[in-house]
Amino acid sequence: MKLTKLAAYAVAGAMLASPVMAELVFPSLSYRTGPYAANGTPVADGFADYMTLLNERDGGIGGVMTNVIECETGYSTEKGVECYEATKGEGALIYEPLSTGITYQLIPKTTADDIPMLTTGYGRTSAADGNVFSHTFNFPANYWTGASVGINYLLSENGGSLEGKKIALLYHNSAYGKEPIRTLEALAEKHGFDLTLLPVDHPGQEQKSQWLQIRRERPDYVLMWGWGVMNQVAIQEASNIRFDMNNFIGIWWSGSENDVAPAGDAADGYKALTFHAVGTDFPMFDDMQKYVVDAGLASGTGEHVGTVLYNRGMYGAMLAAEAVKVAQEMHGTADITASMMRDGLENLVISDETMAAIGLQGFAPNFTVTCQNHGGPGLGAVQQWDAASQSWSLITDFIAPDMDVIQPLIDADSAAYAAENNIEPQCN
Amino acid sequence: MLYREAGDYKKTYAEDSQTFPLKLDRWSYYSIVFLALVAVPFVINDYWASAVLIPFLIWSIASLGLNILTGYCGQVSLGTGGFMAVGAYASYKLMTSFPDLNILIIVLLSGAITAGVGVIFGLPSLRIKGFYLAVATLAAQFFLVWLFNKFEWFYNYSASGQISTPTRSMFGYEVTGPTASAEAKYIFCLVLVIGLAWVARNLTRGRIGRSWMAIRDMDIAAEIIGVNPLKTKLTAFAISSFFIGVSGALFFAVYLGAVEVGEAFGIQKSFLVLFMIIIGGLGSILGSFIGAAFLVLLPVLLKNIMVGMLGWPIDLAAHIELVLIGFLIMLTLVLEPHGVAQLWRVTKQKLRLWPFPH
Repeated sequence: MKLTKLAAYAVAGAMLASPVMAELVFPSLSYRTGPYAANGTPVADGFADYMTLLNERDGGIGGVMTNVIECETGYSTEKGVECYEATKGEGALIYEPLSTGITYQLIPKTTADDIPMLTTGYGRTSAADGNVFSHTFNFPANYWTGASVGINYLLSENGGSLEGKKIALLYHNSAYGKEPIRTLEALAEKHGFDLTLLPVDHPGQEQKSQWLQIRRERPDYVLMWGWGVMNQVAIQEASNIRFDMNNFIGIWWSGSENDVAPAGDAADGYKALTFHAVGTDFPMFDDMQKYVVDAGLASGTGEHVGTVLYNRGMYGAMLAAEAVKVAQEMHGTADITASMMRDGLENLVISDETMAAIGLQGFAPNFTVTCQNHGGPGLGAVQQWDAASQSWSLITDFIAPDMDVIQPLIDADSAAYAAENNIEPQCN
Repeated sequence: MLYREAGDYKKTYAEDSQTFPLKLDRWSYYSIVFLALVAVPFVINDYWASAVLIPFLIWSIASLGLNILTGYCGQVSLGTGGFMAVGAYASYKLMTSFPDLNILIIVLLSGAITAGVGVIFGLPSLRIKGFYLAVATLAAQFFLVWLFNKFEWFYNYSASGQISTPTRSMFGYEVTGPTASAEAKYIFCLVLVIGLAWVARNLTRGRIGRSWMAIRDMDIAAEIIGVNPLKTKLTAFAISSFFIGVSGALFFAVYLGAVEVGEAFGIQKSFLVLFMIIIGGLGSILGSFIGAAFLVLLPVLLKNIMVGMLGWPIDLAAHIELVLIGFLIMLTLVLEPHGVAQLWRVTKQKLRLWPFPH
């Protein structure tokens, strides 16, 4: 009981110290520790650096400074709750938790607290149905569109038919990894390929038996839904059994430099999906170098700039910042609330002009968010690792998913959620 | 003079054998309960309830449960996480199958279901003990997690295997779901903690508790004096699992609201509860609470000091927190191998004798 009191004083003291000034607060539920730290760190750095860039170069967004409050979750849902409760009172505008588990937990909570949540490329897929999930956004792509893009890519590789092919799904045995199964099963039925499911338990260091099974069953392709150390181990194991890397395709969370580096040259040719471009060949990165990295304000050491996950974190921050601009315009005030932020997200339009204005033309596809569609078009491209030059390069254009298969699945899942929680459709 | 029996006359047997024989102890207990029930709900906010007090209360129930099995009956168990998962999934299935059932009944029923599962996994304890039993219960942990991952019926065929709690109320106040108020959730957990701690305390000092301790201290001798090992061990497993099941149900329904079994109820949770009772004190009700406070509240406190007050980078703070907690665990165990509760026991002895040491 003594400890409780001590904690009480400590937290009370910490809470008194918060400043009272107009600012745009972006909580960043990051993880720089634990088995997923290698992937969590660059994303958090990218997010923080973009917000720093806006402050340094433009004096914030619409004249109001941004403030990123970082809170360490370690990819644990319990710490995620703690971080959410600790930051939501600070004027949080938007949550981007970078964890499917935490997303599931925060969907009802953020809706009740009227704070929007943006889960770019992860989270609950059926949140794309804005009619039911009023405060959750998962544009520009989600797991189901990712699965479909992967299959569409394989279709194009095989002359339009996957009849009789064997495809294995190697997945993280959690909500995250299980998400694509339903879509892949529907696609397997449509295109006549065999789907083998190979779950890998958290944290994913032990995959010998799964790869033994792959060696025995010789699937034509392996798709991977991995995260953290699981990616590195999988790529290493694939090279151990001499699995052809050209036939090994990861989701966008399984395609960063950190994942392929440990396998060295053996990882050459490994493919992964992505919903944005890689590298630093965009004008925005010059500003980033000048105002943030060279000024010594980078969140990390600056070495991650331009890597896949750094760009993704930066992209998440960029989408949030654009939504702020929309919200500021809609409501005629620079100091917006979380509720206005939600409107901003729902009316967000990413066009060539917006991307060019930011200095990221061609970085990611255009899309429009509507009240009904919180998910965007779900375009994805395939990138391939070149071990010699240590770089990823896009080998396809952005491919459209098969929405004829996905949309009924989204509708069914969101309808089930709406029925379970008595949710009225919000769009008229 | 403080802390003396003197002047506190006991006139009946009931008075003589009460839990807190000293007036000071008794009154401080009553005042803590009173404060927790009446004063705290008026001052807590969402952060305090959701991040500090509710997890503390829920882990206290779990460590009370494991303390009954390991501390009082001497059966080491590493299946706590799995049993909590049983409680959580039982409450989920009950909530979704019987929407009109009262949440308190659901939580207690989930405990009862877990008790049944606990008895099944307790059967090997009749033949094996010590490290071997620990391994057998470890199997329970892995089996149960696998079970809830594998069979879609347990999570109502949801696409991701996540279970989410629907909103349920009690006396018109929502206690589960996203719109439940912090106070309602806190009081709901607190009432269960007070009730279950009272049950645990009275079980452990009665006939059943004595038979548990007899088995713990020497099972052959206990058998010779007429303690039935089958009944004793299985009641310990059942009651311990009941507590753990209740804590699992609360952990899911009240605290987190959405869980997936591998992440929320993995092996690390089994170790966490085991560490709680070892640090707090094996075979001590107070120890269960101290242990839960040590491992649940201390990290939050350290984090708030390092990040909130000192302004350190969060990753550095997270790493230092691990180091500090580990160091404190070692320090505690080196200085007081019987747990923090023993420290309090010794202090009480000293206080009674003070200022004359002999």
